[in-house]
Amino acid sequence: MTSDVQVTQAPALEMRGITKRYPGVLANAGISLDVRPGEIHALLGENGAGKTTLMNILYGLARPDAGEILVDGTPVEITSPHDAIAHRISMVHQHFMLVPVLSVSDNILLGEEPMAGPIFLDRARAHRRIRELGKTFGWEIDPDQRVESLSVGWQQRVEILKALYRNARILVLDEPTAVLTPQETKEIFAVLRRLRAEGYAIIFISHKLHEVLEIADRITVIRRGKVVGSRTPAATNEEDLAEMMVGREVNLTADRGTSHPGEVILRVEQVRVKDDRRSEVVQGVDLEVRSGEILGIAGVAGNGQDELVEAIVGLRRPSSGRIELAGRDVTHAGPRQRHRLGVGFVPADRHRFGLVLSFPLTDNFILTDYYEPPYARGIIRNEAAIDARARRGIRDYDVRTPSATVTTGTLSGGNQQKLIVAREFDGEQRLLVLDQPTRGLDVGSIEFIHGQTIAKRDAGTAILLVSAELDEVLELSDRIAVIYRGQIVAVRDGRTADKNEIGILMATGGSGASGSPSSPAA
Amino acid sequence: MTTERPPSQGRRLVALPATVWAAVALPFISIVLALLVGSIVILASEVIVPGHPFDVTLPVTAYAALFEGAFGGLDPIVNTIRAATPLVLAGLAVGLAFKAGLFNIGAQGQFLLGALGSVTVGVALNQASPFIAIPAALLAGMLAGAAWGFIPGFLKAISGAHEVVTTIMLNYVAVSVIAWAVSGPLDQPGSPSPITAQVGNAALPVIIGRNGHLGVLVALAAVLAVGWLLFRTTRGFEIRTVGANPDAARYAGMQPRLIVVLTMSLAGVLAGLAGATVVLGVTHYMMASFGTTVGFDSIAVALLGRSSPVGIVFAAILFGAMRAGAPLMQIQTGSLIPAELVDVLQATILLFLAAHEVIRHILKLRGVKAGLETTDTIARTYGRESV
Repeated sequence: MTSDVQVTQAPALEMRGITKRYPGVLANAGISLDVRPGEIHALLGENGAGKTTLMNILYGLARPDAGEILVDGTPVEITSPHDAIAHRISMVHQHFMLVPVLSVSDNILLGEEPMAGPIFLDRARAHRRIRELGKTFGWEIDPDQRVESLSVGWQQRVEILKALYRNARILVLDEPTAVLTPQETKEIFAVLRRLRAEGYAIIFISHKLHEVLEIADRITVIRRGKVVGSRTPAATNEEDLAEMMVGREVNLTADRGTSHPGEVILRVEQVRVKDDRRSEVVQGVDLEVRSGEILGIAGVAGNGQDELVEAIVGLRRPSSGRIELAGRDVTHAGPRQRHRLGVGFVPADRHRFGLVLSFPLTDNFILTDYYEPPYARGIIRNEAAIDARARRGIRDYDVRTPSATVTTGTLSGGNQQKLIVAREFDGEQRLLVLDQPTRGLDVGSIEFIHGQTIAKRDAGTAILLVSAELDEVLELSDRIAVIYRGQIVAVRDGRTADKNEIGILMATGGSGASGSPSSPAA
Repeated sequence: MTTERPPSQGRRLVALPATVWAAVALPFISIVLALLVGSIVILASEVIVPGHPFDVTLPVTAYAALFEGAFGGLDPIVNTIRAATPLVLAGLAVGLAFKAGLFNIGAQGQFLLGALGSVTVGVALNQASPFIAIPAALLAGMLAGAAWGFIPGFLKAISGAHEVVTTIMLNYVAVSVIAWAVSGPLDQPGSPSPITAQVGNAALPVIIGRNGHLGVLVALAAVLAVGWLLFRTTRGFEIRTVGANPDAARYAGMQPRLIVVLTMSLAGVLAGLAGATVVLGVTHYMMASFGTTVGFDSIAVALLGRSSPVGIVFAAILFGAMRAGAPLMQIQTGSLIPAELVDVLQATILLFLAAHEVIRHILKLRGVKAGLETTDTIARTYGRESV
C-alpha cells in the first residue's frame, strides 16, 4: 500500500493482499490494510466497494480466497468471530447487536459469562469490572439498567464496553455515527480519541467525509474491491476523497438556489397519531408546506416522524386532527385517493412499502398506477405500456439494471431507490413526501436524488423531507421543523439555521441537557 | 460508464436463471430422490417379507409396471387423465391462494362441498336436458365451494383469524355436512346404506376412450383462466402483490382484506369444481362417507408445481399417473409391493421439496433461492398476525 504516512510502530493488525471472489463479483481484489496501536485508520468507500466483505473476513464471517491476516506481525487464522475475539479483535456493528430487554451487564457478559464454580455466574465480579471500565471514561454505568431504556448514544457505549470487556486491542467501528446526533457524535469522538491515547488500534468505517477528516490519522479509500489510495487528513479534503470514492468529480453540496413558495399545498392541523402499540407518538402537530418549497423535518429516529408521515400519505389513521391537501380535507382518505390528488411518497423502509422485491422492475414501476390507463384497459393489463413505462423510468433516472424484467431484489440499494424515485417523482406532483430518501445510499446516488428533489421543488411541487441525517436536512430545506417526542419544537429558516442549535433541539427538545445515561431512546 | 451487474446467484451445475432453475430443477431432483428412496423401501420390503428370492432388480420392475399402468396404452392414459383432472382443479385452488400469501388447507372441504352442491342439483335435474343439467350442476358445485372458501377469507379479513386454522376446522365441518345431507335429505329411499340418487343427464359425457369424461376440458379451461387472471389482469396483479408484500399493496392503494376474501372464494370455486367433476364424471352419485384425499393431495400438487398453473398441470399428471399405475405395479410384483407405495413416493417428494435447503447443500447448489415462494409462504404465514 502506498502511504505518505510515516511509519512509527509495528502494525497491531495487518491484512495483506486480501482477495475474495463471489460468483461474478470480485468483492476484494488484493486489499492491504494495516492499523497501528494508537491509531485511528478510517476506511472509506461507497456501498458495495468491499468494506463489509473485508471486515467480515477480519471477523471470521467469511474466508478469503487469498491473502493473509497478521496480528502483531504473526500470521493468524480467523475462521470464526470466536477466533477474532481470541486475537483481541472486536467489532461494533452499525446496527447494535444488543438484546434490548436484557441489562447492560447481561449484554456485556453474553457469550463470555464469568463463572463462580460450574453452574453459577459471578455477577458481582462482572459488575465491578464493568463499573471500573466505565469509570476510566468518566461514565457512570449502572450494570443493572435495561439496554432498551438507554439512548442510542449510550447503547453504543455499551457496545464499546463489551469490546473492551473482552480485552480487545483492535476495534472495528462500522458506521458508528450513522444513528447519532451531532452532540452524540462529538461525545463518541472524544471516546475514540481517548482509546487512541491508550494505545488501541481502531478501524473506523464511514462514508461521512468530514467526520473521517476530523477523527482519522490515516484514511484509506477503496473502490470496487481495490485500494484507491491512502491519505492523511492534512493532505486531502472532502472533494478529493469523494472523487477517490466515486471515481469521478462529485458535487458534494446540492445547490439549493432560491425558492419561490406559492400557495399552501399541505396543511396539518393538530394531528395526533398512535403507533402500533397504541401509544400516542404524534402529539398535536401543525405543519404547512407550500408549493415550491422544501420543508425539512429534523429529529432523532423514533420521535414520531414515521407515524406522522404515514398519516400524511394515508397509511395510518390519525386519532384526531385534520390534514388538508390543496384545500381539500383528506384526513380520512386512503393512499390511493391521495395519490390521485398528486401525492408522491418515497418511504423510509423501501423493502417494506416501496417495492415488491420478487417482482420484475416493470411491475414495480406501475405499483401505484397499475389500474389506470394506459397500464390497464378495464381489468386487462397492457404489457406494452407497462414495458414502455419501465424503459422510460430506467432511462430518465439512470437505474442500472441488465433489463427491465429482472427481479427487483437483485438491484443494489441505490438503484432500488432510484426506481422508487423514478416512479414517485414522475408527472405533475402537488406534494412529495420523502422519508429518509438517501439512507444507505452511496455518494453518487445521493447527489442524483438531491438534484432531482430540487428540480421538483423548482417546478412547483411542495416537498416534505424527513431525514435522520441532519446534514441532508440542512442542505436541502428551505425551512426546518424540529420534531421531538411527537411535537414540533421549533421551526427555523433553512439557510440560516445553526447546526448546533438544531442538534440540541433534536436531542433535548429545547430544554434540559444531554448526556444523562437515563435519557430515553425516545 | 460501465453497467453494474447484479451479483450472480451462486455456483450452479448448469447456467440457468435462478428462477428457471428453481422452477424446474428442484422439483425434478426431488422426484428423482424420492424414486431412490422408494427403491430402498422396495428392497427393504423384500427382506422383511419372507418366502421370496431376493431380487435386486425389483425396483426397476415395480417402476416399469407403474409407468406401464399409467401410460402403456389408451386406457391407462385415460385413467391417468381421470385421476389428474380433480388434482389440477384443486391444485389450482391451493396454488392461487399461495399466490396471495394464503395457505389454503381447506381444499378438501371445498372439494366436498362442491361435490355435494353438484350432486344436489344433478339429482334434481337428472331428467332435464344435459345442456341445462350439466352447466347447472357444475355451477352449483362452484358456488358451494365458493361459499366454503369465502368463510375463512371473510373471517381472516374481519378478525385476522388464520386461514390454516379455520380451513382445517371447516374440513371437519364439511365431512359432517356431507354425512348429514346424504343420510338425510338426499338419501335414496330403499338403499341399504345412505346414498344419493344418480345424477342421470347431469353426468359429464365421455369424450376420450372408455371413460375419459368432459372434466379434463373443464380443468384445462380453469388452468387458462387462472393463468390469465394472475398474469394478465389487474386483479391478478393485486393478488400477487398482496401475497408478495401486503404492506406494499396497501401503499399502492390496494385493499388486502378484500383481496383475501376474493382469493379464498375463487379458490373455493376451483376446489368445488374439482368435486363436481368427480361426482358428475366418475361416481355419478355420492355416499355418506366420500373417501377421497384429492383436497389434501392438491397441496402437494401445488407445492410441486410451485403454484404456477402450468406447473400444477405437470404435477397433477405425475400424481395422477402414480394413482393410475399403482394397481398394475401391485399385480406385477405379486402383491409384494402394495399400491400404497405411491403414497410413500408422494410424501417423499414433498419432504424433499420442503427441505430444499438440504438438497441444495448436498448438491452444492448454493444460492438457488429465487422463486420458492410457495414453501416460503407456509413458513411466513404462520408467523404473520393479520393482513
